[in-house]
Amino acid sequence: MSHTRRLQLKTVPMIVISIILGPIGNVFLGKAMKSVESFNSARVSDLVSIASEVLKSGYLWLGIGCLLGFFIVHMLLLTWADYSYVQPATSLSYLSISVLSYLVLGERISPLRWIGVMVICLGVFLVGRTPPSTTGDTHLA
Amino acid sequence: MLEIILFFFIVVAGTGGELCVSRAMKSIGEVHGFSPKSILNFILQSLRLPWMWLGIAMMSLGFFSLLAILSFQEVSFVVPVSALSYAAGAFGAKAFLGERISRNRWVGIAVVCLGVTIVWWSRK
Repeated sequence: MSHTRRLQLKTVPMIVISIILGPIGNVFLGKAMKSVESFNSARVSDLVSIASEVLKSGYLWLGIGCLLGFFIVHMLLLTWADYSYVQPATSLSYLSISVLSYLVLGERISPLRWIGVMVICLGVFLVGRTPPSTTGDTHLA
Repeated sequence: MLEIILFFFIVVAGTGGELCVSRAMKSIGEVHGFSPKSILNFILQSLRLPWMWLGIAMMSLGFFSLLAILSFQEVSFVVPVSALSYAAGAFGAKAFLGERISRNRWVGIAVVCLGVTIVWWSRK
């Protein structure tokens, strides 16, 4: 089995895990942040009370837990695959985040936004057809 | 204006942090085993690297900016727009990590950025 083929066999399942965990984490964070006062209209003196309110939200910690899992998977991927391959490939998560935002958060997503997300996925497809590692020896001194 | 500043931190600090983490990961080398013990060893090994801590600090700045913007913008808008980091990431990976980015990969990244632009137009 070629080196590139072997890398792809373990890279693809890890990318699938990361495109599920990351969006779920972001949806939980969105749910937590929507339950507090907007930072956009808040005064500096309100920031401490907003922060303490956010820290009490269970959704925040669920989101952080999912994103931590996503981060570990992402780090493992980066030990063998190029950053410029992993980063765009995991952007398939933009499709899942749109679906989850619609289903879980009830966000109304315009056709233009769906088109934008589809174009992002097309970009991901193009990136996914390039070899995962271009530097050969992945071990930096 | 606050929105632009927060997106700047999400993109620049987030991407810079990922590049630092990537640098740390490449110095560890390819991980072969996925047992809990080898993953724990891998985490402990990575926490001893200064690049890892610099990366964590920058990513934290990006994370708090993300939290702040999520308090007044939709998740389905914020997360796709933060994909602007792809262009920054590609330039950074080439300059900082010495990765060779093929023409096909540049084309893919350009299409991702076009998608981000369309999502920006859908801003409410």
